[in-house]
Amino acid sequence: MLHAIDGINLKIFKKKTLGVVGESGCGKSTLGRVILRLIDSTGGDIFFNGERITHINKTRLRQMRKRMQLIFQDPYSSIDPRMTVAESISEYMEINRTFHTKSEIVSRTEELMDMVGLSTRFIDSYPHELDGGRRQRIGIARALSVNPEFIVCDEPVSSLDVSIQAQILNLLMDLQDNLGLTYMFITHDLSVVKHISDEIMVMYLGHCVELAKSNELFAHPLHPYSKALLESIPVPDVSMRNKKIDVIRGEISSPINPQPGCRFFPRCQFANEKCRGKDIPLREIEGGHYVACTLFD
Amino acid sequence: MNDELLILKDLEVVYKTDFETVHAVNKINLTIHKGKTLGIVGETGAGKTTTALSILRLLPHTAKYKTGSIFFNDEDLIALPEREMLGIRGDKIAMIFQDPMTSLNPIMTVGSQIAEAILLHNSDMNSQDVQNKVDEVLRLVGISPDRKNDYPHQLSGGMKQRIVIAMALVCEPELLIADEPTTALDVTIQAQVLAMMRDLRDRLGTAMIMITHNLGIVAQICDDVAVMYAGEIIESGTMEEIFSGQNHHPYTTGLFGSLPDLSSLRSRLSPISGLMPDPTNLPEGCSFSPRCPKVMEICYTEKPKEYCFGTHCIKCHLFGS
Repeated sequence: MLHAIDGINLKIFKKKTLGVVGESGCGKSTLGRVILRLIDSTGGDIFFNGERITHINKTRLRQMRKRMQLIFQDPYSSIDPRMTVAESISEYMEINRTFHTKSEIVSRTEELMDMVGLSTRFIDSYPHELDGGRRQRIGIARALSVNPEFIVCDEPVSSLDVSIQAQILNLLMDLQDNLGLTYMFITHDLSVVKHISDEIMVMYLGHCVELAKSNELFAHPLHPYSKALLESIPVPDVSMRNKKIDVIRGEISSPINPQPGCRFFPRCQFANEKCRGKDIPLREIEGGHYVACTLFD
Repeated sequence: MNDELLILKDLEVVYKTDFETVHAVNKINLTIHKGKTLGIVGETGAGKTTTALSILRLLPHTAKYKTGSIFFNDEDLIALPEREMLGIRGDKIAMIFQDPMTSLNPIMTVGSQIAEAILLHNSDMNSQDVQNKVDEVLRLVGISPDRKNDYPHQLSGGMKQRIVIAMALVCEPELLIADEPTTALDVTIQAQVLAMMRDLRDRLGTAMIMITHNLGIVAQICDDVAVMYAGEIIESGTMEEIFSGQNHHPYTTGLFGSLPDLSSLRSRLSPISGLMPDPTNLPEGCSFSPRCPKVMEICYTEKPKEYCFGTHCIKCHLFGS
């Protein structure tokens, strides 16, 4: 049995951003999709605005979907190449019958395009005529079209060039301020998550290993994995060049039938017998900073 | 003593189709010295991969070398007959491509792929010697020789990239071209692979061209840097000149400015507005003029010359006088 996510407890506050960080196979994308009920969880509960949405019926789920949206990672495969920009953006509105007349839909589409910085001259263009950054703006406009309160952003800037990434991140932050949105921002890129998150959760092989306010995590990472992740980022600073980086040895182990205990054990330089045998719970070390590691018992 | 290993002189490469001509590389000049690493930095569409492929004559049939020369050890590679190029590719100049997933043959064991590289350039080597060399290079890249009978799908992304690096280094080339070798890898694996590449480069004395859009990687591993934009090298110099120097091309300033800074508090980033120009329809004058925050009248009509301060060169009217 493949353990994608295990024992995750998290809270996201209104108008705030929770950054979820981790490398391949940590379960972050699965987590995003489980919260949106795109994948069914096998245990536990999800509460949205105080309401338990884990096992609601199809009709209720459909209504909930308007309030929770997803921005996908790959702007090349998440947008239908046979639909124009206008058709993609208005699709959710059509499905949910948000408006009564065609002209209302067109007017709302143009408003959304302005909001995301996509020139209305592209309204009848096809995705292949636009670059990655513009396509990602289509995805964002589409997600906003139903006036959601909560958006899961699944690696929304990973496939974009650095200067376009910056444009899209600024856009997402502005939209959050102007529309009061709540985000779960999933990424493997630590430098990106810092700018946009209030709190950050670090995941490793399905477990949450650390949770803290954004600035606190970067200033004082506690879990050996979080530290290693931060140290691995190549810094564009020539003076840091000869600094010896403690590179983590080894590869990520398999999520299939994992042993109880810390999943970072095989790669951790501080590993000891206490780390195996039973799962390590997340403990609060100080105001809002949680870590799951025997070093802090 | 001449330590200039590779010289690109006024190189111009276009892709020609029935409908249009794509100006991918527009008269660039580059020099790579023996044992040194040059970083070529730029965003998607700048022409970095075309430059790399043009050195090894691996461009598709639609590509044409319009002007210029590529001198490797004083020999012009563009003029070389293909059978002689075969002796250079993999042996004297090797290349690592971006995606290890698609660089390896899925139906051959990794050991046999490395052996293939050895035998192509050492056809008379006996099979025991070949196997010893395979084992040696696997150890060099941190993989146990017992994995040599595994197929690529049995290895992780990081391990596959190490195999690709092993294949590239097995014939001890004088120059290694690495095209975004760690982009597809997780950041902790990237750190491992970069540390290994740096170590190997130091031990074997291989010169390297590192193509990347990641300025952090450039800082870790390069000696010199060339910044590419719309097929041109708009700024070049040593690491210190590009990272800490005073004068810069406005595009370079913009690139550094759009990097999320780990040391600052949550705040807006400063991206460069707009996009790189269409290579089938480049603007008159300076290619960066539509996006340049410091643009002047002359930029729209006249292509800037290159102005050099010692080894630091910038192609921008701001520095002309």
